[in-house]
Amino acid sequence: MIRHVLGRLAATVFIAVVLAFFTLPMLWLASAPFDDTPTITTSIPDFTLRNFAAILDNPYALGSIRNSLIQGGGAAALVVVLAALAAYALSRVRVPGRDILLYVLLLLSSVVTGTAAMVPIFELATRLDLIDTHLGVVLVVSGGLLPAAIFILKDFMDETPTSYEESARVFGASPLQILRHIVIPLVRPGLATIAVWALASVWGGFLFQFILLRDPEKAPGSVILYTLYTEGGAPRLDLISTFSLLYSLPVVAMYLFVSHRYGFRFHGGIKR
Amino acid sequence: MARPTSAADAAGLGRGRAVAFVLPALVLIAVFLVFPALWTIYLGLTDYRLTGLAAANPQVVGLDNYTGALEDPRFLTSLWLTILYVGGSAIIGQAGLGFALAWILRSRTGPLRRVVEGVVLLSWILPSTVVGFLWFALLDRDDGTLNALLHTPGFAWLLDYPLLSIIIFNVWRGTAFSMMLYSAALENVPPSHLETARLAGAGVPQQLRDVVFPHLRRHILTNLLLISLWTFNDFTPFVLTGGGPEGRSEILPVYVYRVALRDGQLGVGAAISFLILLINLVFALAYLRLLRGRRRQQEVAAAGGPPA
Amino acid sequence: MRFPSRPAVIAAPTLLLAALALTSCGSGSGTDSGGGSVTLTIAANSIQGGKNSESATWIKQWVIPEFEKTHPNVKVLFQGNGVDDEQYKTKIALDLKSRTGADVIDVDGIWVGEFAQAGYIQPLAEVGGAAADQWEGWSQIPQAVQGLGIFDGKKYGLPQGTDGRVLFYNKTLFKKAGLPEQWQPKSWQEIIDAGTKLKAAGVPVPIQINAGTAMGEATTMQGVLPLLAGAGAEIYAAGKWTGASQPMKDVLGFYQQIYGGSGLGDPKLQQEAKGRDKSFAQFAAGKIGILAEGDYFWRSVIEPTAGVAPMKDRDQAVGYARIPAKQPGGGIRGQDFVSMSGGAVRVLNPFSKNPKLAWELLAFMHSPEAIKAEQAGQVRISARTDVNDEVLTADPMLKYIADEVLPITAYRPGLAVYPQVSAALQEATAAVVGGKSADEAAAAYQAKLEGLVGGAANVGG
Repeated sequence: MIRHVLGRLAATVFIAVVLAFFTLPMLWLASAPFDDTPTITTSIPDFTLRNFAAILDNPYALGSIRNSLIQGGGAAALVVVLAALAAYALSRVRVPGRDILLYVLLLLSSVVTGTAAMVPIFELATRLDLIDTHLGVVLVVSGGLLPAAIFILKDFMDETPTSYEESARVFGASPLQILRHIVIPLVRPGLATIAVWALASVWGGFLFQFILLRDPEKAPGSVILYTLYTEGGAPRLDLISTFSLLYSLPVVAMYLFVSHRYGFRFHGGIKR
Repeated sequence: MARPTSAADAAGLGRGRAVAFVLPALVLIAVFLVFPALWTIYLGLTDYRLTGLAAANPQVVGLDNYTGALEDPRFLTSLWLTILYVGGSAIIGQAGLGFALAWILRSRTGPLRRVVEGVVLLSWILPSTVVGFLWFALLDRDDGTLNALLHTPGFAWLLDYPLLSIIIFNVWRGTAFSMMLYSAALENVPPSHLETARLAGAGVPQQLRDVVFPHLRRHILTNLLLISLWTFNDFTPFVLTGGGPEGRSEILPVYVYRVALRDGQLGVGAAISFLILLINLVFALAYLRLLRGRRRQQEVAAAGGPPA
Repeated sequence: MRFPSRPAVIAAPTLLLAALALTSCGSGSGTDSGGGSVTLTIAANSIQGGKNSESATWIKQWVIPEFEKTHPNVKVLFQGNGVDDEQYKTKIALDLKSRTGADVIDVDGIWVGEFAQAGYIQPLAEVGGAAADQWEGWSQIPQAVQGLGIFDGKKYGLPQGTDGRVLFYNKTLFKKAGLPEQWQPKSWQEIIDAGTKLKAAGVPVPIQINAGTAMGEATTMQGVLPLLAGAGAEIYAAGKWTGASQPMKDVLGFYQQIYGGSGLGDPKLQQEAKGRDKSFAQFAAGKIGILAEGDYFWRSVIEPTAGVAPMKDRDQAVGYARIPAKQPGGGIRGQDFVSMSGGAVRVLNPFSKNPKLAWELLAFMHSPEAIKAEQAGQVRISARTDVNDEVLTADPMLKYIADEVLPITAYRPGLAVYPQVSAALQEATAAVVGGKSADEAAAAYQAKLEGLVGGAANVGG
């Protein structure tokens, strides 16, 4: 009994520490945007909304969040759909060497997402006439995210039971119908998780977005955040903190929506 | 571990449709991933630079970039730092904390669990440019929140403990993924097994070792593969420390950035990217070996229970 | 279980449609947007509402409408950027490498050489025609400033302006330490002496001379190179790079005097990722006595209203002095005082579809009227003396730079390997800040330099 109480107590303390550890860094984001003269110190703000007015004056700030939504949303949709299809097929049909193939792709994705790949990526986008298009960004970042997405989803689909699929087949359902009406509902929380993961990865990405786009009207938030420095590279904290907050909100909103609607986990609705 | 039989082709896909399902992803991957990746690997064999004479007329230099990197003490330091960084922040930190959270929260429901999970996930999805700033504001020497809280004014966390700082940062950043993965995996552990073990007098460590771990082996493998790979390629610490002071937190992605973008030596940068790939491969093989080795020992224990 | 009879939505075609929709809205702008039959594009590392906002505003609200007025068939677009110089450089290098990009491109003067070597840019006269050689503005631009756009004796770019480095000092702190309000040190020793007095008066950071790798090029431009010039050497002269020569050892020795335990400087500040920003904030807060910086510091950092670290009493509280040589007459060309300068230029894209028109646009951007309009946003030192004579009277500090500093200044060599040499210099100062002796740091620098520039044969002194 005592052991149980102690265990309970230890768990509570642990959770409290974890909560503090994860919350502490975020305090700045909650205080600085409302501060009249923000510094990097987190403090009770000398309350003002002037920083928001200033960021709304920036001709690119709001548009850049829309661009982030187009590029991030496009990439997330593309990655989820393509990865789900591929993961399902790879999970249900035995292809020799599929695990090795997947892992090799995963390794190659690490090369392509690094700085050194920018010349090939740029030249490829130039030849395909994808420079300065949202589509170019979507395709390039999706290419880097897909292997990991397939890898995670395949693992996940391996865990879901096949008995429903078998019975649906008996009733004469086509494979696409089975996928749509049986498998997807089962794995929906996983798909939602991958979607948020893909969106968040694209959301913070800077280098490829920067070199692939030309018109600042198309630049996403991550690129516009970089512009809020002076000629000599000094950060303008009032604008940066405020923009950081605005720019984080859509991802947080999507996460809240998704976790409310579909659950935000890697397991399906049905326990085996 | 009982697994659905994939070979049965439950959905009646057939090879043809399976190929049709995989093809769109494969085409995109071939064009936007495999092709540029191979091109990058080729660039690693040249002295290609962004500007100057070597940009106009790059020459194939064979393995010079590789031997050059392996002889560069700065690269070797960076490699060692990266291994410590991955080991400390991903393998021990994220996986350990992620599992601990999943284990403690597994039987809880209600607002506390939602809040903890929410905060942990929030740190995972905030844009990397923003989190860099957040941590900088936390750890700064003069005005950082942490020094204000601890009453340690002027303590230079980022200068005196740069590697530890970015390790803790990355634990904060990436624990969510491990937590989610292990939460899901723990639901596959039959409660009856745990109950039996507890009745037999097994403590938590024994329960974990004998009952939980055999069910989690595949998840651990997936988790370690992915988080190591991601951590190996994580550029975000650059925002915090810029690789400094004097290279003491210059992990490989930062090294590549410096060589490829700042110095414009794209050939060398590409070669190092390929070296990072090879190191990841070594890590992957090590994980496979470790977890396979365990598998044989544990097979009996796992096979004991009824299929869930 | 029931299945709908209509065919299930197939994801792939939907996506394809979405993709097509995206492409069509993506490629719309740029070439065929209305207004005229010819489109010219200007690219710069400046953006409205962000980095160098004044310059971007000038291009969008003055240059483009005015130029389009006289060229009714031409539509001018502006590609703004707001990033680190290296990132901007990468982007335009990639553009030029694939023979695309804007027609008129803003580049740092220091990149001209490496871009020319790579075949990314060509002399103005070859792209824009003979008009470029006969341009009226050349006679207004001092030879040294023209040098910003010159490589191998050929003019590749029109200089936009230049700057100069001085020692800024806080008069309030000087008064406290019993130092004169009008201060002009004549040797390095006098800087150290002033620093010692400031320290005795309780000033937290008496001297800030940028050092270390975290400050990047600011270490080289505000620290090593002006000091090296004061010790009588240039980093690249007569085809050779300066190695661990006596002047270099003197420079590193001076760093050692400041950061090697004397308490005259703050070593940690040199190591911090945002150390330079912090030095700005500390100077503005009255914690730094002497700071070596360019006129950017005056214009954009401590500027009383819009600066990043504004000082309300800047004009009264901040003094500036020329950087002295090690000892009088000990600087390059036997000078008593030295400085370093840089500056941006604008080049023509050799792959432009309308090179003649692009030249007209470029020349227009460098006409006296255009530069005066630009100066309405923020006064800076332009390349043209006719404009400077008129505009700089408004700001005594900039006038001081133009009159006293530019005649004694020097420029960096525009070669592709320079950024790496610069990094090696930063590492040498970092080693000194970290506790190594000047001789050790110099020896390590020499070894590194030889590796960078292709052997000891290319290293002098």
